[in-house]
Amino acid sequence: MNASSGSENFVVFDRVQKSYDGETLVVKDLNLSIGQGEFLTMLGPSGSGKTTCLMMLAGFETATHGEILLDGQPINNIPPHKRGIGMVFQNYALFPHMTVAENLAFPLQVRKIGKSDQEAKVKRALDMVQMGDFGGRRPAQLSGGQQQRIALARALVFEPELVLMDEPLGALDKQLREHMQFEITNLAHQLGITTVYVTHDQTEALTMSDRVAVFDDGRIQQLAPPDQLYEAPENSFVAQFIGENNTLMGTVKEMSDDAAVVQLDDGEVIDAVPVNVKKVGDRTLISIRPERVEIDKNRLHPEAHTIKAEVLEFIYMGDIYRTRLRVAGNDNFVIKTRNAPDQRRMTPGEQIEIGWRPQDCRALDA
Amino acid sequence: MTDNTAQTPSGPVLAADGRPLKASLNRALRAQKIRALLLIAPLLIFILITFIAPIADMLFRSVENQIVRDTLPRTVVALDTWTNTDEAPGEDVYAALYYDIFEAAEFRNHSRVGSRLNYELTGVSSMFRRAGRGVGRFDTDIYTDQFTALDPAWAEYETWTGLMDDDAIRAALPETSDAFDTWIHITIDANDDVPAEEDIEDFVFTALYRDLSNTGYSGSNALLSTAADAVAGFESVSLRDQFADMDEDWLDPTVMETIKVYSPSYTPGYFLTAIDMQLTADGVSAQPEDRRIYVTLFERTLFMSMVIMGSCVLLGYPIAFLLANLPTRVSNLLLILVLLPFWTSLLVRTSAWKVLLQQQGVINDVLVWIGLVADDNRLQLINNQTGTIIAMTHILLPFMILPLYSVMQTIPPTYVRAAKSLGATNWTAFWRVYFPQSVPGIGAGCILVFILSIGYYITPELVGGRTGTFISNRIAYHISSSLNWGLAAALGSILLAVVLLLYWAYDKLVGIDNVKLG
Repeated sequence: MNASSGSENFVVFDRVQKSYDGETLVVKDLNLSIGQGEFLTMLGPSGSGKTTCLMMLAGFETATHGEILLDGQPINNIPPHKRGIGMVFQNYALFPHMTVAENLAFPLQVRKIGKSDQEAKVKRALDMVQMGDFGGRRPAQLSGGQQQRIALARALVFEPELVLMDEPLGALDKQLREHMQFEITNLAHQLGITTVYVTHDQTEALTMSDRVAVFDDGRIQQLAPPDQLYEAPENSFVAQFIGENNTLMGTVKEMSDDAAVVQLDDGEVIDAVPVNVKKVGDRTLISIRPERVEIDKNRLHPEAHTIKAEVLEFIYMGDIYRTRLRVAGNDNFVIKTRNAPDQRRMTPGEQIEIGWRPQDCRALDA
Repeated sequence: MTDNTAQTPSGPVLAADGRPLKASLNRALRAQKIRALLLIAPLLIFILITFIAPIADMLFRSVENQIVRDTLPRTVVALDTWTNTDEAPGEDVYAALYYDIFEAAEFRNHSRVGSRLNYELTGVSSMFRRAGRGVGRFDTDIYTDQFTALDPAWAEYETWTGLMDDDAIRAALPETSDAFDTWIHITIDANDDVPAEEDIEDFVFTALYRDLSNTGYSGSNALLSTAADAVAGFESVSLRDQFADMDEDWLDPTVMETIKVYSPSYTPGYFLTAIDMQLTADGVSAQPEDRRIYVTLFERTLFMSMVIMGSCVLLGYPIAFLLANLPTRVSNLLLILVLLPFWTSLLVRTSAWKVLLQQQGVINDVLVWIGLVADDNRLQLINNQTGTIIAMTHILLPFMILPLYSVMQTIPPTYVRAAKSLGATNWTAFWRVYFPQSVPGIGAGCILVFILSIGYYITPELVGGRTGTFISNRIAYHISSSLNWGLAAALGSILLAVVLLLYWAYDKLVGIDNVKLG
């Protein structure tokens, strides 16, 4: 390993731009450092540029401008097969004319590794994904989950330091997906490899990653650990993209460094944390997470702000209740309450009072 | 058991009404099957009548040989006893031949059997044609004259019918009664005359003379007894000599041997000819060297089809690869260029190649102009194998490109990307990952091109000259020019068998499941 490159900067995107047609930029001025052993997820809606970034890193697309460094070395002019990056594709891309063992041996063969070494490595990789008995099968004889494991094993068998995964769980059903999420993160941390994971599924991103880069419109909107991303979104796109979110529109009336007073459009005045509002008089979008809204007055924080609401809909979802309310003119204000023995079930038409702590109420750009 | 759809330990699964489930299912599906059959019935009948049946008939002709036995029945029987094939057979065979040819000539069948035997022995055709005219002028009229001189009643039709009504006399005079029946048959069916009004032909008297002089007569008929006593003093004529007078070759044992060898109703003769062998009285032997052409032709056909197939793969693979990997808009345009030849008449395309390839043609002119070829040493590009291979590769190329293209289109580009990400160079990724997945397309294209080219006719006919023609051209020649349909059928059957054999071998080697047309 190159000693001069810090482990904080194992992969670096330096002012990278990408355009396919010469008219619009798919990736705009991307700057990103990925530390060694980190599990970083690129999350975003389709067309946000996340897959393009991954493909540039893998070498299948070239950056129009800027530089990508791997372990301190610029790799813009290195062809994909010399980059030594493991990759798991969306539809696995297991070679259908080879058996599972042959698929796994392929990267070792092209590296001219000895026959006995090959077998040992293939066996170890198969055991690693608990597929030891499947070496002789063809990919078509495996289930989706099994193919997924083989694809993972193939990307890891030549012991790359960096593994890229392009929506690898997209084709699996929900239960299997959750199981594989767990396995992939475990494996990545166990082996200490750096992982760049692309997905449009926010649950996946939150549960698996060390850090998440939220992409939209060719830019990283926020790069943060999952909990920060969820609880402290930096702009309205991230707030709305990650998790469920209630929004109220208003205008900033007063503002200091850590507090703002916002007048909602129906005249109600509330306190909020200013995140990216600049000055008094700005339009703002207030974001409150559904589970941070309290309906039981006794459990409300003393500083909490309360507001009147009308129940429009009550949905029983098993572990939680989901209630849709009309708050300050917004018909889509949703709250979630835990299904506890003493929890109240509300009926549509009921007038209630709800409240939240001012620090859970974030004033974002409108 | 309350649930009778369940499997009973002793018997088959039963449906709710107690019948076996399989039978119920079959009954339920039968209506569907009948409807499906009715839908394809018109096409099926059309194909059966216009395609399958004629082909079956043609294939049958490759072994069918009833004409010799039907036309020369007596000769065939007489030749059974002829074993010393070094010298010509005796008088009996020539007598039988005399009756047969006389009858055949009246029905105008003699030249047909002559043509048939001419396939096996050149010259027989003209012998039979001349014999057809000659048998009527044989000197056998002396028998007629001598019998009528003995007793004028012999000239009367009623005398004969009286004799022939008697079964004992018929048994005593087998050759005569057969000849008389034949004469009646000829008179009524061939000449449309009334036997009672006609003179009895010489060959009937010849038969009578032969019967009486060979076995005599011991019956009670006075007329016959008198005749039997008199024949010893009759002047006789040798039919063998009569045939020899007409054509010396009738005494050639090989002529008679050919008739004998080709007398069975079914013969392997055509097939043997088709593989440069021949059937003789001593069994199967090779054709003389100067008459061996078919094995060479088969080999040439197979070899050239392979070369054409190979050049189609070499030329078509890169094009199909390009087509499959270009954006749809561009690839559609290119695909039209590939398909363009399909919309042009085959004849036009082949003629275009004639213009391009001939010695004073475009290609030679260009080569001379740029100085690659001397003007007095222009390349021979047409009327030989080169011409056939060039023209047919061009004509059959779309049949290679299209299956290749449609298979390549289904290979996702991620496979090659995956291979590269795993460390494979461009070439390794292509050769180890892309190419194996395109093999089904190559297989389909190869089968198509090979089978099409092995039976191709027009192009080799037009640009093949003498050395670039295929077996199909020979088949066409036998169908339309030499009219030896039996040989044509045998050649066709062998061609069919070779194709099926190759198909089978291909299935064993590659597996027909691996062939994909899209």
